Amino acid sequence: MPQAVSGLAPAGASLAVRQDFPILGRRLGGKPLIYLDSAATSQKPNAVIDAVADYMRHHNANVHRGVYPLAAESDAAYEGARTRIAAFTGSQAPQWTTVFTRNVTEAINLVAASWGRANIGPGDAVLITEMEHHANVVPWQMLCTERGAELRYLAIDEHGQLSLEALQDELDRGDVKLVSFTHVSNVLGTINPVADITQRIRTAGAISFVDGAQAVPHMPVDVATLGADFYGWTGHKAVGPTGIGVLHGRTDVMEAMQPFMTGGDMIASVDLFSATWNELPYKFEAGTPAIAEAVGLGAAVDYLSAVGMERVRDHERALTGYMLTRLAEIPGLTVVGPQDAGARSGLAAFTIDGMHPHDIAELAGRAGVCIRAGHHCAQPLMRRLGLAATARASVGIYTEAWEIDALIDALVAGRAVFED
Amino acid sequence: MDDLYRDHILDHYKRPRNFGELEPHDLERAEHNPLCGDELGVHIRVADGRIEDLRFYGHGCAISQAAASIASEELKGMELTEAATLDADWMLDLLGIPISATRRKCALLGLKVVRGAVSGDSSWPEQSR
Repeated sequence: MPQAVSGLAPAGASLAVRQDFPILGRRLGGKPLIYLDSAATSQKPNAVIDAVADYMRHHNANVHRGVYPLAAESDAAYEGARTRIAAFTGSQAPQWTTVFTRNVTEAINLVAASWGRANIGPGDAVLITEMEHHANVVPWQMLCTERGAELRYLAIDEHGQLSLEALQDELDRGDVKLVSFTHVSNVLGTINPVADITQRIRTAGAISFVDGAQAVPHMPVDVATLGADFYGWTGHKAVGPTGIGVLHGRTDVMEAMQPFMTGGDMIASVDLFSATWNELPYKFEAGTPAIAEAVGLGAAVDYLSAVGMERVRDHERALTGYMLTRLAEIPGLTVVGPQDAGARSGLAAFTIDGMHPHDIAELAGRAGVCIRAGHHCAQPLMRRLGLAATARASVGIYTEAWEIDALIDALVAGRAVFED
Repeated sequence: MDDLYRDHILDHYKRPRNFGELEPHDLERAEHNPLCGDELGVHIRVADGRIEDLRFYGHGCAISQAAASIASEELKGMELTEAATLDADWMLDLLGIPISATRRKCALLGLKVVRGAVSGDSSWPEQSR
């Protein structure tokens, strides 16, 4: 468990929530588990684990069709989770519609297929950025290829940030119909000025999609204030289960859209050769949904709300500043992205001269420190940065300063292995 | 002493044998490690049905670079028909270090590109035991 926190550690370096996460009590190879890969997926608190188990033990029934009392309990659990999740991100009905998806990937594919195919054609352009995850690149490549439209990229500057002037230049060309961009970069850590960007997109008459996968778990997010037309995020990075994601969309935009997948639950009526669609959000939830996982995500947002997202952000910003300061102690180590902790979220992707990121991560893993290495599903960005791969350490709600110290110790020891 | 990063592995990583380009060459193949996007390629010059000379190029982790370097020393002079049948055991025995499932593709990428260059086989080398 926590050793003495270094004198350099920031004040209030813990939210004192570790005891809520049973996996963090594990030891691997006799060492405490130091989990610094929360940008890949977060660990789960007892509140979420218990909510999923309780639903399966006591309330399981299919949703939306049963008339018996148990089915009513299941409906209430599923729809109650939806309502609380919408409130958590400031995207309440009726202006906003909250659809459950598997993850952000499915949310983006939904919008690309349903909105994109109906609204993007030859002569139109889709604008994304150089800092996108593959999930926010490939669906737009597919759409633009299919529809004969142009895919363009907004460049990042040398600090790993977007330029509003360059965005305006793109929008002024007059052919951009949709702009899709990440709220927080999973490699650079950059927090994009979402409200400033969406305001320009709206003024230009285009539609915006914001990928909130790396934002919602780490800071207060109010979709209405951010002004996006669509905002997607995923449960498993936000202390919730895997297999459950969220798409918030402007109801008036979603009303006009055709379904993404079709089948049970999403229809109003089916004739032999035609069908009519159910109302929102069910039009976009074909088949039996991930009910237990939605209930688990409902418990996750309750948990995050109880801790307080302002506190989470303050804690992670302090930890990130501490991590950047300590990483700078290691000779040959270079962090990508903004150098100011206030401009970035709680992750640091880095390289060390003479060591491949896989070897960095392997040696850290032997010291019980879990960090990621690779291209982080962002190969266009890696090429832009002139890198094949980086190592990446990322913090979460449960991360404490002593774990950053353990990371630094592991990196110093790992570097010694590779020194001549 | 780390059981993975032994001296001979680090030596081959820092001073890889038979690395660079080989011009002219008769056979070539390049592939990406799906784990990390690292690229490794090989140029092979053939004489009398044997690998007369070869060079690996690209970049990667200590395991993938050392494996290619160690393999290159064994492959020089080998008959193409034999090179085409080399399996994962051959490579892992040569490396002489415990390779976990997560690093297996790093260790086998060099052999994979050689087999691809020699026989067009694009599958990952299998383990026979």
